[in-house]
Amino acid sequence: MFLQQLINGIALGSTYALIALGYTMVYGIIALINFAHGEIFMAGAFVGLLMVGVFKLNIFLAMACAMIFCMIMGVVIEFIAYRPLRKSSRLSAFISAIGVSTFLSSLALMVFGANAKGFPDQAFPSQQISIGDADISTLQLLIIGVSAVLMISLEFIVQKTKVGKAMRATSEDYNTAALMGVNVNFVISFTFALGSALAAAGGVLVGMLFNAVSFNMGLMAGLKAFAAAVLGGIGSIPGAMLGGLLLGVTEVFGVAIGYSSYRDAIAFAILVLVLLVRPTGLLGRKILKKV
Amino acid sequence: MLSVENLSVNYGAIRALHDVSCRVEQGEIVALIGANGAGKTTILNTISGIVPSMGGVIAFEGTEITRMAPHLIVRKGICQVPEGRRVFARMSVQENLEMGGFILSSKQEVAQGIERAFTLFPRLAERRKQPARTLSGGEQQMLAMGRALMSNPRLLLLDEPSMGLAPMLVEKIFEIVVEINKSGTTIMLVEQNASMALSIAHRAYVLETGEVVLSGDAGELARNPEVRKAYLGE
Ligand SMILES: Nc1ncnc2c1ncn2[C@@H]1O[C@H](COP(=O)(O)OP(=O)(O)O)[C@@H](O)[C@H]1O
Ligand SMILES: [Mg+2]
Repeated sequence: MFLQQLINGIALGSTYALIALGYTMVYGIIALINFAHGEIFMAGAFVGLLMVGVFKLNIFLAMACAMIFCMIMGVVIEFIAYRPLRKSSRLSAFISAIGVSTFLSSLALMVFGANAKGFPDQAFPSQQISIGDADISTLQLLIIGVSAVLMISLEFIVQKTKVGKAMRATSEDYNTAALMGVNVNFVISFTFALGSALAAAGGVLVGMLFNAVSFNMGLMAGLKAFAAAVLGGIGSIPGAMLGGLLLGVTEVFGVAIGYSSYRDAIAFAILVLVLLVRPTGLLGRKILKKV
Repeated sequence: MLSVENLSVNYGAIRALHDVSCRVEQGEIVALIGANGAGKTTILNTISGIVPSMGGVIAFEGTEITRMAPHLIVRKGICQVPEGRRVFARMSVQENLEMGGFILSSKQEVAQGIERAFTLFPRLAERRKQPARTLSGGEQQMLAMGRALMSNPRLLLLDEPSMGLAPMLVEKIFEIVVEINKSGTTIMLVEQNASMALSIAHRAYVLETGEVVLSGDAGELARNPEVRKAYLGE
């Protein structure tokens, strides 16, 4: 029972973590809460669904297509909706983000209709495996595995590659990074691309996990992932991973011990509790003023 | 090598620079002195491209760089050590130097650059793996200078390298500035510590509320009674 719920929680939490990473990376670099990030996640789920349903691609290829599509989408959103406001107050950029979010979910409503759609059964023929008294589905293992691979790759990019170092430098000090010869506009686009790709993968995985893809799935998932990012310490990449897992696991255990009607409230209750004790989040650093 | 003509810069409604002209010749150390708020940092930041100008022309080695993006100006051969050092606090000493060599195309060049920085500043070598925030003020200044030198700039812009350092360290830093200059790097040096700056510079400009009020040979300026009164504390 415990192991079972733990795996359920980790699978759910991994998807929160994948989405939370986009919030935290974008915030870390331009101090913007990208409110449209949830809709990028939703778009990823739809692209994945179309690839599997219409083009009969296998799930991994479909996920790759969703990631590429959303990378472009994230870069375009930043270019159109945020870049012109780079020097304005963060509030204007945030309002622009809310506008993009509303636009995208309305667009999805028009194109795909109001009903949630499911992935076809053959998309990923899930099987149950028993470990002790726990029943674990291969779909959950897929979710955990894919998320782990993506997060390890992200960590590698950020820590070891040249562009990753430029991302860290830019997030510490935008102007000084430029003085070192870093093209900060490119770094910002790259950050949106990475965050959006992770959200897209998250969208496809969540779409399969709940067998539902709908125009408004980005809202609650986005809010919870944002809560996860803040819980872990906004701006901190390991923080977003930890925050996501923690929220997923607590949510699942909360439901298991009988608070299922509070399912969505649990994330925010934990968030409030943690912030009362640690205002910077679990792994957050002192919040620095951004240029 | 560098020429700045009739440069004007505003921050919103605040006028920071008005009609500033100055130039730097190959091989020189040119000092820019003036009180706090005179506009010294603004000049360097406008040259580096991170502050936009309202009017005027900046040219480097014959090419106009007035509206060029900062990352391209670095590639032209101008690098800045910003005021307050601005090391990347969470990155290690080594990573800070790697960032300085961002425009270098090969890993080999970066490795050579780091070795050169360690020769110039042996203290940094001992602290290679430490996050930059754990360094002392003097060490951070060395790191900031070593970092800027990584890109092999032909013109180095130094913004108040002596700020907040103990007198002994100030002397050491100025010695290194001279050494860097002797090895072929042209230097534009902004300082509030006017006596030190004038003692190592070839020429200097005196800035007051956004305008150049005096300029000339550094030695002559150091003997100028007005300068002595206003900036050398006499
Ligand atoms: N980012 C900014 N926004 C508004 N005003 C600024 C900004 N930076 C500098 N200033 C103003 O411009 C003037 C020149 O500043 P600065 O170039 O930093 O002088 P210095 O380096 O000589 O101390 C000052 O009056 C300062 O208050
Ligand atoms: Mg200054």
